[in-house]
Amino acid sequence: MHPVIFIVFLPLLAAIIAGLGGRVIGKTASKVVTTGSLFIGAALSWPIFFSYLGGHAEPQVIPVLEFIKSGALDVDWALRVDALTAVMLVVVTTVSSLVHLYSWGYMEEDPSQPRFFAYLSLFSFAMLMLVTADSLVQMFFGWEGVGLASYLLIGFWYHKPSANAAALKAFVVNRVGDFGFSLGIFGTFLVFGTVSIPAILAAAPSMAGSTIHFAGMTVETMTLLCLLLFVGAMGKSAQLGLHTWLPDAMEGPTPVSALIHAATMVTAGVFMVCRLSPMFEVSPTALTVVTYVGAATAIFAATVGTVQNDIKRVIAYSTCSQLGYMFFAAGVGAYGAAMFHLFTHAFFKALLFLGAGSVIHAMHHEQDMRYYGGLRKEIPITFWTMIAGTLAITGVGLFGVGFAGYHSKDAIIESAFASGTVHGTIAYAVGIGAALLTSFYSWRLIFLTFYGKPRWAGSEHIQHAVHHVHEDAGEMASDHDSAQDHGVPKVEGTAGYHPHESPWVILAPLVLLSLGAVFAGFLFNGAFIQPEGGPEFWRGSVAFSEHLAHAMHEVPAWVKWSPFVVMLIGLAIAYRNYIAKPDAPAAFVAMFPGIHKFLMHKWYFDELYDIIFVRPAMALGRFFWKRGDEQTIDRFGPHGAAYAVDVGNRITTRLQSGYVYSYALVMLLGLIGAATWVFWWVR
Amino acid sequence: MSGQMTGIPILSILVALPLIAGIVALFLSASGARWLALVTTLVSFALGVWLWSAYDPGGSQWQFVEHYALGGGIAWAMGIDGIALMLIMLTLFLMPICIGASWRAIEKRVPEYMASFLMMQALMIGVFTAQDLLLFYIFFEGGLIPMYLIIGIWGGAERIKASYKFFLYTLAGSVLMLIAMLAMILTAGTTSIPALMAYDFAPSLQWWLWLAFFASFAVKMPMWPVHTWLPDAHVQAPTAGSVILAGVLLKMGGYGFIRFSLPMFPEASAEFIPFVYVLSGIAVVVTSLIALAQHDMKKLIAYSSVAHMAFVTFGLFAFNRQGIEGAMIVMLSHGLVSGALFLCVGVIYDRLHTREISRYGGLSDNMPKYALLFMVFTMASVGLPGTSGFVGEFLSLVGLYAVSTWAAVVATTGIILGAAYMLYLYWRICYGKLVHADAAAMKDLSGREMWLLAPIAAVVFWMGVYPESFLRPMRADVGRLLERIDRAKPAGDSHLTAGKPAPATPAHAEAH
Repeated sequence: MHPVIFIVFLPLLAAIIAGLGGRVIGKTASKVVTTGSLFIGAALSWPIFFSYLGGHAEPQVIPVLEFIKSGALDVDWALRVDALTAVMLVVVTTVSSLVHLYSWGYMEEDPSQPRFFAYLSLFSFAMLMLVTADSLVQMFFGWEGVGLASYLLIGFWYHKPSANAAALKAFVVNRVGDFGFSLGIFGTFLVFGTVSIPAILAAAPSMAGSTIHFAGMTVETMTLLCLLLFVGAMGKSAQLGLHTWLPDAMEGPTPVSALIHAATMVTAGVFMVCRLSPMFEVSPTALTVVTYVGAATAIFAATVGTVQNDIKRVIAYSTCSQLGYMFFAAGVGAYGAAMFHLFTHAFFKALLFLGAGSVIHAMHHEQDMRYYGGLRKEIPITFWTMIAGTLAITGVGLFGVGFAGYHSKDAIIESAFASGTVHGTIAYAVGIGAALLTSFYSWRLIFLTFYGKPRWAGSEHIQHAVHHVHEDAGEMASDHDSAQDHGVPKVEGTAGYHPHESPWVILAPLVLLSLGAVFAGFLFNGAFIQPEGGPEFWRGSVAFSEHLAHAMHEVPAWVKWSPFVVMLIGLAIAYRNYIAKPDAPAAFVAMFPGIHKFLMHKWYFDELYDIIFVRPAMALGRFFWKRGDEQTIDRFGPHGAAYAVDVGNRITTRLQSGYVYSYALVMLLGLIGAATWVFWWVR
Repeated sequence: MSGQMTGIPILSILVALPLIAGIVALFLSASGARWLALVTTLVSFALGVWLWSAYDPGGSQWQFVEHYALGGGIAWAMGIDGIALMLIMLTLFLMPICIGASWRAIEKRVPEYMASFLMMQALMIGVFTAQDLLLFYIFFEGGLIPMYLIIGIWGGAERIKASYKFFLYTLAGSVLMLIAMLAMILTAGTTSIPALMAYDFAPSLQWWLWLAFFASFAVKMPMWPVHTWLPDAHVQAPTAGSVILAGVLLKMGGYGFIRFSLPMFPEASAEFIPFVYVLSGIAVVVTSLIALAQHDMKKLIAYSSVAHMAFVTFGLFAFNRQGIEGAMIVMLSHGLVSGALFLCVGVIYDRLHTREISRYGGLSDNMPKYALLFMVFTMASVGLPGTSGFVGEFLSLVGLYAVSTWAAVVATTGIILGAAYMLYLYWRICYGKLVHADAAAMKDLSGREMWLLAPIAAVVFWMGVYPESFLRPMRADVGRLLERIDRAKPAGDSHLTAGKPAPATPAHAEAH
């Protein structure tokens, strides 16, 4: 049997064992089974990845079971393995196994650990089904499966109303995306007569120039299909417009944020566009839209990230912004760079989230950075690993050697410029702007958390810890929506609290992910993005453009230098405002209250959606129910008839009792009468 | 095939067995009636399993055929195809579960109650097996009587009003259907359903006949705007009544369309496609929104049924294989899932005696097994892939898109709204804190309740992962139906033009 069978199905088995049998086998056994299944998966995945890296492995499809057969629609459960899948396999199994391990420490005190680990493994299974999909339907299975796991994990602490609201929001907003994805699948089946991905990709070029009608419009066939599918990608990958669920998803436990809402699930949209890249290549219009949406998300999320006070929310918006980079890379045709950034981002963003979790752990569940400060000496290992993550995300590096993000993000920015199109150039400019903000908010996080004087005394959580007030696991984590943030008085001092460095099960994943954040870019850029290694590695699993890969190297020197320069500017602004002159941010807010408020309210998307979707839906529901069903249909239908019957009843008083038997009797007699009548009539 | 060779009148036995047991039950004690009903339904289910295994998917259209002339026009003519087989299996599978669900919940007039259920089983099997038009009519309308009694006698506080509404709606439809049947018999000169399925009625006559049948089936389905009896009937019916109402009685409308309207009046069916789509589209959007605003658990699920059944009408009137097979799977899946959801409501109703959603909350704490199973059925209801709900919805929408992209867009909004109202319900029942002391004191599922819900969950997953088991028996029959309606098949609104791949266009080259 091909190892991918075990990689994919062991986590499912483990999830079932831990989920259904958790009470019987106990929490330790549940944790061993689930964590073990993912480590086995990781151990089996890396050799597959290296075999593609070595350039001696061919794409394979391993059939599992028949699924749906309905006329021309013929879908099997099957696992596809090629270079693109191999990349995703190592990302998913590596991050997932480390997150499982990390959770041993992070969730130590939680009473529902078997449930938590079962959900994590269930998620991993669904994600692996998604990345090994050979048909759009199986991809959709994985797509919705990760959505379910995400829903269950965001709402893991189901005692909290905010967690439940966030979980519901995540599922429903994703369903809006899936609405587009579904229509895209229906349309694809109509056009190509199949949902098999290789068959669609092979046939796609022949549909260039074809037109189709859709809901009253006449559009280019491939543009329609790509854009419908892309709506799905926007939902899953939290792109502008459908992004509102991602920040709220921080209600989930931090390991969940690292695994699902940073490293894997949210990148599914990017993966989808890359998987279907030969389709998107046929529609320049669709690619232009992808570019603009990605660029807009990159800058939008970065601006909002600069004002967040909750450490997890900073990283959440950062994720949203980085996903924007991946999309505009795909939009300009640099699929290798998009996948490369997905790959490196998985390591450094999981690292940042898990590092934030370690900080939160040390600070007794306080997430507000305004109550941090001076932590670098208290939790040095966490500090240094987070520095590695920050150097990676801000893209530190020169002359072809640097941290992970330097290799992948710079490749995206240069590709955008090199594409030579208008939208490519705009994406380049936006990407540079977002890179400046990325550097600023990332260093702001580091400076607020680890530098300066301790400001712990003002925190309720710290006060609780000092005074030994018991807190329920679900209430300990407290996510902050910045729209509801209010100013807090700055109280310096430790309140007598001593943060402790986290145990080794938490630190080991941090250290291992740091290796990825430091070396992943340097080691693998040859295969992912270079014109020499790229075609050899991808082997057609994405529409790798050698031409663009060459052009990327021939951009003017100022373009190559620009990300580095803005990174330094962002660092300098952060240093000035949070180390050199800590009072400067307040002065800035006082000077531009409008901008600050706009950013704190996250460009007012939530408020807007509440007014145009949520409230009207409930109001319409009540309207159709009371006014429609009860006051119109019933009034003129059965109640009207009842009234008429009632009048009739006054004549035949015997029926007036309304007793149920009499109606039954009348009906039965009527039936017999009718049948008899028919019987004679026909004869 | 094998059924015919052995010569056992298995279909008649399936009708007669519960009928006889029902009469016997009337003369037994409460506990005797319970056990007799349970044994009878289990034996029937076992016979059903044998029926399924003996059914030959590649064999003749009508299998296990029986024919005894009763004189005059009517014949005791029975036989099934794969479509009927699947609906019979659904009925036989749900019946023991209904008896189990009533085991403790029903305390008054138990023998009469069990007799009503057994009677209903007999009549429902009759509906799916009858091959004579008038025999079908008697079963079809007769099936209402036990349901009517179940709501009217063992129902909630406003049971009289609900059963009256149920009666009025369905009667209005059936009178029209009876008249149409007479007209058909007079025109075609036969009461044989297989013969009528091959008879070509004049298009002008078809038009009227279609409308008359539609009046009956649309009420049964139910389609908007003749759905308002359903929420009341569900709310007032005892749990098992709701299960069988949602699980099987609603399927008689869909079965009617597939057995009568489509094959007998193909031209009229095609002509009425826009009409059916508009009503179905309104049902998806409007009843989903109404479900979102409900405070009563049973009403919410009842409204969701209306929205789900719209996927059936959408699929059936797509006139293609994916649409019709999808519609059938939606029917089977909805029968299981909504039945299970009503059982889930019944489980907590039995403990707290209220359907008010706000009286619950936080049940995950004290009822974890319940929360898990309820989650499974919630997800199946929203059509999560891997569950039966997805396969049906997906296929019927694939079929629908091929005919009308407009309709597909409207119908697909159902997956958003469905998620919203079901997860909102789940949140209010199972998540949050246990704020009410009486809700906090409720015990988790008993062994009996596990035996009711777990088998349904297993079939929901089976149908979701390997639907081929259920599609295979119906494949040939859907093919025959497609052949029959092919001449009226509508053209899609996509108007796809061929591609002009040729040399790369300048715009394309420039992009690199």
